[in-house]
Amino acid sequence: MNVRFDQPLGESQPDNPSRREALKLGGLVVAFLWLGGGAKVLGRAAAQGPVAAGDAAFAPNAFIRVGTDGAVHLVMPSIEMGQGAYSGQATLLAEEMDLGLDQVVVEHAPANRKLYANPLLGEQATGGSTTIRFCWTTLRQAGAAARALLVGAAAAKWKVDPAQCTVARGVIRHEASGRSLGYGEVANAAAQLPVPDKVQEKDAAQFALIGKPLRRVDTAGKVDGSLQFGIDLRVPDMKVATVKACPTFGGKLVAVDDSRARQVPGFVAVLKIDNAVAAVGEHFWAAKQALDALDITWDHGPNAQYSTEQLFKDLAEASKHGTPIPGKAVGNVDGVKGKALEATYQLPLLAHATMEPQNAIVHVRPDGCDIWTGTQVPARCVDVAAKLTGLKPESIVVHNQYMGGGFGRRLFEDPVEQAVAFARQVSYPLKMVWTREEDIAHDRYRPAYYDRIAATLGDDGKPVAWTHRIASGSVLATFAPGAMGKNGMDSDAIECAADVPYEFPNMKVEWVRHDMPEGVHLGWWRGVGPVHNVFVVESFMDELAHAAGKDPLVYRREQLQKNPRALGVLNLAAEKAGWGKGSLPARVGRGVAVAAPFGSYLCVIVEAEVSPQGEVKLRRAVAAVDCGIAVNPNTVAAQVQGGLIFGWTAALYNGITIKHGAVEQHNFNDYRMMRINETPALEVHLVDSKEAPGGIGETGTVMAFPALFNALFAATGVRLRSYPIDRAALVQGPDALKAVITQATDRAAAAKEGMA
Amino acid sequence: MKLVRMILALIAIVVVGAAAFTAYAWFIVGDGKETGAPQPAAAGAPASLTDPVARGEYLTRAADCAACHTVPGGQPYTGGVAFKMPFGTIYSTNITADKETGIGDWSDDEFVRALHAGVRKDGKPLYPAFPYTSYTALSRDDVLAIKAYLFSLPPKHAPARPNELSFPFDQRWGLSVWNALFLKKQRYEPVQGKSQAWNRGAYLATALGHCDECHTPRNAMYALKRGDALSGEVLQGWKAYNITSDKTYGIGNWSEQQLADYLSKGHASGRGTASGPMGEVVQYSLQYLTPEDIGALVTYLREVKPQQGSAGSEVNDRPALALASSASAPGAEELAQGGLGQHLFQGACSSCHLWNGQGRQSEAAALLGTQAANDPQAHNLTQVILQGSTLRTAHGETSMPSFGQAYTDAEVAALGNFVLTHFGGKPATLTADEVAKRRAP
Amino acid sequence: MIVLNINGESRSVDVPDDMPLLWVLRDVIGLTGTKFGCGIAQCGACTVHLDGAAVRSCVLPVAAVGTKAVTTIEGVGASAVGKKVQQAWLDIEVVQCGYCQSGQIMSAAALLAATPEPSDAEIDVAMSGNICRCGTYVRIREAIRQVATGQKVAPQTLPNEAPNQAAATGQVLSFVRVEGVA
Ligand code: FES
Ligand code: FES
Repeated sequence: MNVRFDQPLGESQPDNPSRREALKLGGLVVAFLWLGGGAKVLGRAAAQGPVAAGDAAFAPNAFIRVGTDGAVHLVMPSIEMGQGAYSGQATLLAEEMDLGLDQVVVEHAPANRKLYANPLLGEQATGGSTTIRFCWTTLRQAGAAARALLVGAAAAKWKVDPAQCTVARGVIRHEASGRSLGYGEVANAAAQLPVPDKVQEKDAAQFALIGKPLRRVDTAGKVDGSLQFGIDLRVPDMKVATVKACPTFGGKLVAVDDSRARQVPGFVAVLKIDNAVAAVGEHFWAAKQALDALDITWDHGPNAQYSTEQLFKDLAEASKHGTPIPGKAVGNVDGVKGKALEATYQLPLLAHATMEPQNAIVHVRPDGCDIWTGTQVPARCVDVAAKLTGLKPESIVVHNQYMGGGFGRRLFEDPVEQAVAFARQVSYPLKMVWTREEDIAHDRYRPAYYDRIAATLGDDGKPVAWTHRIASGSVLATFAPGAMGKNGMDSDAIECAADVPYEFPNMKVEWVRHDMPEGVHLGWWRGVGPVHNVFVVESFMDELAHAAGKDPLVYRREQLQKNPRALGVLNLAAEKAGWGKGSLPARVGRGVAVAAPFGSYLCVIVEAEVSPQGEVKLRRAVAAVDCGIAVNPNTVAAQVQGGLIFGWTAALYNGITIKHGAVEQHNFNDYRMMRINETPALEVHLVDSKEAPGGIGETGTVMAFPALFNALFAATGVRLRSYPIDRAALVQGPDALKAVITQATDRAAAAKEGMA
Repeated sequence: MKLVRMILALIAIVVVGAAAFTAYAWFIVGDGKETGAPQPAAAGAPASLTDPVARGEYLTRAADCAACHTVPGGQPYTGGVAFKMPFGTIYSTNITADKETGIGDWSDDEFVRALHAGVRKDGKPLYPAFPYTSYTALSRDDVLAIKAYLFSLPPKHAPARPNELSFPFDQRWGLSVWNALFLKKQRYEPVQGKSQAWNRGAYLATALGHCDECHTPRNAMYALKRGDALSGEVLQGWKAYNITSDKTYGIGNWSEQQLADYLSKGHASGRGTASGPMGEVVQYSLQYLTPEDIGALVTYLREVKPQQGSAGSEVNDRPALALASSASAPGAEELAQGGLGQHLFQGACSSCHLWNGQGRQSEAAALLGTQAANDPQAHNLTQVILQGSTLRTAHGETSMPSFGQAYTDAEVAALGNFVLTHFGGKPATLTADEVAKRRAP
Repeated sequence: MIVLNINGESRSVDVPDDMPLLWVLRDVIGLTGTKFGCGIAQCGACTVHLDGAAVRSCVLPVAAVGTKAVTTIEGVGASAVGKKVQQAWLDIEVVQCGYCQSGQIMSAAALLAATPEPSDAEIDVAMSGNICRCGTYVRIREAIRQVATGQKVAPQTLPNEAPNQAAATGQVLSFVRVEGVA
């Protein structure tokens, strides 16, 4: 296990301890900026050297330390939530330093946005499929610089030309003389050398680790139960709380009668905040029993009558009468002659439902505060804790933890904020764990969207005009208001709508902002903006192909002639799926979708079957992926597989609905998850590419929706423009519902007849 | 012309007759004389309970007032529970001692009259969703003990929800006619020659527990068919099973222990778990009865005239498919058949119920031998899948989540059919259409 | 006091009878490998073995355990099957966030102990009670097949101490779930 755990529990952590500790321990410290291409290594520090913590002029914001024991530490600005970030970033470093991946010790970065902001997001945050993209060049350059310094030190000692030295697994060798030295042995000497002006990262042909399906660094502890997630931590003297917030958005707590709760064995206390109540117990069970025994009176507040129907009415209204903000304009869509088509798409609010429910341990003391939690935004956790406690940010320490899924949920620190608000009322460390019900009812939901889209087809059936108006709330406006465009545009709302892989001679894309009522919070969800837009664009492309009387794949191919990478994945997927070959049974159809989200290119083909009663079965899916260089192809494939299933789950079953101002779903019984017996045969084919890596974590989810919906259209002739899939609309004639359902089609036999 | 005159005369007679009868009905409804009827020898609370409020609490529970007057998760006895009847929806009322919205300013006589004659404080008749046709058999002492208990609780302000009834059912005068026809205002009289236990059981089952109100079939006028007592009826989508002593269709084959367990704990090994309205009866009422009273109920039920009931179903306790399954997998042949129902059972159900129907985490999840899996119309099976079920007793809580929201009619039908054939050996009968109807009974 | 036999050790706990085994394990004994996901037996994250059978500990009252042997993820590696399952999980890297995987491994180990060579349909039966939000189902199937057949049916990971090897080949890299391998 080569991942270092956080500081021992219960111990306070000074600002950026790893770094000060590093300086005390000696060795070589390489500090550098996480900038995009062209970044360079800015300096290094020796034991007690001048590059003391936070030398302002120097402003390093990340570092690599080679200890005198030879261990190579990398402080990770990104966090690990299953996407393989730690392993991917460590691989880049190990590659340039000629190490095994096992020789890199990965550390969770402390909260410090000056040092660890992700330059693509402008925040110390992990998300948007940016992890590899933002450090692809910098981290490799830093590694190459470190290697150059270490080899330089050895060569100087031996008085040989550094170019004659080789390195394998951190051991520098001079073949001619047969001498060798480990990195640790020259670390202090290397620290005295001047930093090279220019270093050359390896050429792709020289990669030893990049492109290999290396085993991830964090998985061993996840198969034997030893790795601890935030929810698993236990701090001395802590008590456990579970929470109920006002079920109605924006509602308030009026009164709590805890007389029954006090009878619960293990009961400790009831804590109140403005809009929620926590029951505290010696363990979760006591807390939960006590919570259930509370008689709570709520003031349901201004949204007590709010509903999903109202939400969509408002969005439709905004789309018609709101002020559209231009996102993209090419040519002139007005007055273009031809066959006109238009459609309205409507997408629901969605919950994240990470497998690990929201949790945090917070210990507020007069002089400081410790927070143990798995978060995608550690610096924001410090912000909210400072605000609530009045403590100095420097005295607040976030001990980041492994996460049981993120999907964007842990980009929002509201659970930590709530935990701090409760914990500051008590002296002991308070561990707050949400039930699944609380997790579903108080998420930051993926926005609902209302899209009106139209196109005009020329005589040859090609789209000559394309108009797309999106209406939605804005996540960006609350997450990073400063990142909103000058004209008020939310770039996320139109991502992959303004930039489609096709060329349309006339195109207009615009967005209308409609804010949710107070208390209804929106958030990023796996696939962010593209997960909405690619569904609409690729569904509508299918509608156009159908209107033009063309095969939907062939139709796309025609519009992709100037986009070789998109064309490449389209053709690869078509070939692997046997598109157009063989005949399919009745009510079985194939759907295709192609897109270029997050700097990668994907084409997904889904084969689905619809029973006479409208039940949907995925039979097979083929994904072709060109994500540039795949740092770890195994991880890339895993992300695409998992991303597809994440998307299909929502397509088939999900949609948060609101009635009387409260969410109607509770747990996995009514916020339903796809299961293994619904999972189709699933192939992922990666294009061997030499392009710089694109993002991957969210791409599968983005592609899942349109490929499936297009398959449903092919199977039934019914075009669905919202989800979860309205299975009633797919019923084959009214008699189907009068039939006694005893057996569905035999799955195995059906799969065999499929795409051979 | 003669004919016309005769017809007119006939109509006139009918009208006058109806008016006279209505007047009579109206008059007897307001009649307070029933309170003077002889007191029954049987009293509802155990003799050991002497404190009047404690007696009242015991009786209030035995009469199961909470189930109808408390919405799930709501304040006890504040009403608001919806009763969907074939002719509209009735909401229960606030029976706390709140003066404005509850019964705080009801006199003893008014309270007694409500339970004995089905009349509100203002003299208007109550709908028989309120089981006064059973409570009429209660002794005045018992009724007043209930009142004393209710008045000992903190009054809660909770205005009643207006009923949603269509004409003519919204006309309360019609009820007077109904009462005249179907309400027998009579206190319980111990039956000579029967044991004390039997008599006590009878009083608990008929007057207090009002078992008939659910388990006895009703006629077209919504009145109980006393001749078919306890032979089973479907109410609000749930089936109140045949609880006569019939060995095949009723509970004649249940052991004393099974009956006692079912009544007091909501679960009888090998027979199933109370859910839906019966679950509420156990939760709010039966679990609080003394073991002697449970025993008395069992004694009484044992002697209820055996009846086949309509659409009676035999419980198959050796269903071939369940027997061919292990705890963790169905038999190979059945597995090979696949099917939507089996497929859904794999994911959402088998974790608790197990393929052999034994129940895993808790015996409450056992399906083998249950009425639910053996009712060819799958009434309760459908409702439990749609709405879930929670049973809270002194022994802890067992619950099953609801699946109605996220699963389609076709899925619920397929799953129900799977359970019927696999655990009951019954032919599949459910259709998506039928499930749709049952969603909104 | 309730005496439990957990991973071969006897543990006494002073807890209410109706407390689910899950919370006894996690919050009283400190075995946190068993996870909480839903609390209503819908996700399988809390799966442990009771005398070898997979059970959902979130709805199992501790008093119902009796003298049955409890095995958790921390102890499953002591059995030959458990060890093989864990190895296969690493070899084809089933894990993503890992939160559901304790439960997945416990379900898979129980299946393979009872049915050493499960068919695809049997795998689905045994594993459908376990939700994975990261969507690792394809690889769960493959890993179980790998244990059952002893054959490497899916692309394997390279141990991460990987030596310098030839660079990636200039071809399409496929991660194909092979249909019908049993
Ligand atoms: S936590 Fe037990 S099944 Fe989900
Ligand atoms: S690996 Fe994340 S939930 Fe399964």
